[in-house]
Amino acid sequence: MEIFLQQLINGITLGSIYGLIAIGYTMVFGIIGMVNFAHGDVFMVSAFIALIFFLVLTTWLGIASVALALFLVLIIAMVLTGLLSWSIERIAYRPLRGSFRLAPLISAIGMSIVLSNFIQVAQGPRNKPTPPMVRDVIVLTDSNGYAVTLSYKQIIIMVTTAVLLAAFWYVVQKTPLGRAQRACEQDRKMAALLGVNVDRTISLTFVMGAALAAVAGTMYLMYYGVVNFSDGFVPGVKAFTAAVLGGIGSLPGAVLGGLLIGLIETFWSGYFSIDYKDVAAFSILAIVLIFMPQGILGRPEVEKV
Amino acid sequence: MTTERWDNDPVLTVEHVTMRFGGLVAVNDLTFKAGRGDITALIGPNGAGKTTVFNCITGFYKPTMGRLDLAHRDGTRYMLERMPDFKISGKAKVARTFQNIRLFSGMTLLENLLVAQHNALMVASGMTVGGILGIGGYRAKEKEAMERAKYWLDKIRLTARADDPAGDLPYGAQRRLEIARAMCTGPELLCLDEPAAGLNPRESAELNELLLGIRDTERTSLLLIEHDMSVVMEISDHVVVLEYGTKISDGTPAFVQNDPRVIAAYLGVDDEEVEKVEKQLDVLTGEAG
Repeated sequence: MEIFLQQLINGITLGSIYGLIAIGYTMVFGIIGMVNFAHGDVFMVSAFIALIFFLVLTTWLGIASVALALFLVLIIAMVLTGLLSWSIERIAYRPLRGSFRLAPLISAIGMSIVLSNFIQVAQGPRNKPTPPMVRDVIVLTDSNGYAVTLSYKQIIIMVTTAVLLAAFWYVVQKTPLGRAQRACEQDRKMAALLGVNVDRTISLTFVMGAALAAVAGTMYLMYYGVVNFSDGFVPGVKAFTAAVLGGIGSLPGAVLGGLLIGLIETFWSGYFSIDYKDVAAFSILAIVLIFMPQGILGRPEVEKV
Repeated sequence: MTTERWDNDPVLTVEHVTMRFGGLVAVNDLTFKAGRGDITALIGPNGAGKTTVFNCITGFYKPTMGRLDLAHRDGTRYMLERMPDFKISGKAKVARTFQNIRLFSGMTLLENLLVAQHNALMVASGMTVGGILGIGGYRAKEKEAMERAKYWLDKIRLTARADDPAGDLPYGAQRRLEIARAMCTGPELLCLDEPAAGLNPRESAELNELLLGIRDTERTSLLLIEHDMSVVMEISDHVVVLEYGTKISDGTPAFVQNDPRVIAAYLGVDDEEVEKVEKQLDVLTGEAG
């Protein structure tokens, strides 16, 4: 029971991070039907941005309050990562729009390699650690010598994720930008005819996805305390899996898929074998897709005649 | 021939427009004018190039040759053949519908009508930032957009279903919603591609009423492609007839209806008879052509 509770907490934390990244995949796929393989690396770069600015703020500028520093880092990382993603879309994807379907996909894989190699060269190939940012933990139960703990950083991750998802949901559902995004998702040409600037809407979608990835990057750094140039790949693939599992194109699906992947992984590690956690997560994906090819919350694809 | 009303104050002037697809000439040297405040119908047998003309006007295609000139009420002119599609709707204020329905079927009726007012809202919301915070002129603009959407919902009698997904509506209602959505962009010229296709007689009559209402109360000029002759003859002020991409007749419905070339194009005649008909015609119009 204790293990269950502990792994539930850990799983939700990890799942929140996956969910935040997955939204970037699912939104971009929804609007232009392309898998943005560079998204995982954008997430990794954002963690480095967070690392650098956290150190700058705390050691050079001497900001003593970790909460303030974290908040500033979060904002800076969101802005800079958004800018990065905007440039990527502009340079690597937009010129290829309208060419054959695989072209932007290959371009995205190239971008992913460019980003991870750039960080490897610029930041070195070794793990970059930060001093622990948030140490406090709450002990929920402590029986039979197994303490179930909920750390402050886990609370921060869950609360931040929930707040940002709510804000994001509001943007997509209630603002003109969100309406334009959903319209472009359904019929780009028609949206253009109604005066929607499709290119700008797509750019802003990339920026929004990247901003959420930056939140995930900052949280990842705070949670694990280290980041490495290759850290974009596995979380990226898992977040993509989460997006597919939840039903690609569906926002609640991305979050649900993220949580599921996070939970499967942690429970498998807790009860069975930590070495096979990825096998478990991907097996569940395969099984779900056999029975629900459109994912858990995805709309079944209707062939238009 | 007397100069017609549409020659004096045209909203759209099509001059020598030719559209080629490889070896196929879809539209051949087409010249006509659509009058301001008129319902202009573009008719012709299947494959006459009517939809191609629409696609040129709304920026789907760039014509191989020719000019498309749009004049607003205030005198501003736009060269449509040089503008990207979102500017044709955003700046030049040309709206259109399609033969097949292209609503955003997953979005509600109200949202469909709000997307059409995207430009004004986007600017007012300061690219969303102000919109989230609810500051500036955004609230007022949003209210205005809502009012307009509700006005049109009322006009097409779908107010009760405002929050349903557009895809759930019956066919005739979807057609009306499409026209309302196009009108929400505040167009100077509204292009309708076969609005009456697939409608039953009652729906068709309702559509006529709606279109006449748009002409008379909104003062919007309409250009429509239609096969249903009852619709064309009942509501249009000016009819242009195409056959194989070439204009064969241009005038009031009464004139076009009795034009031997139009009758020949629709009913078909032998080759010798065409010559005879053309001779007759030349005599009638005094070689004016």
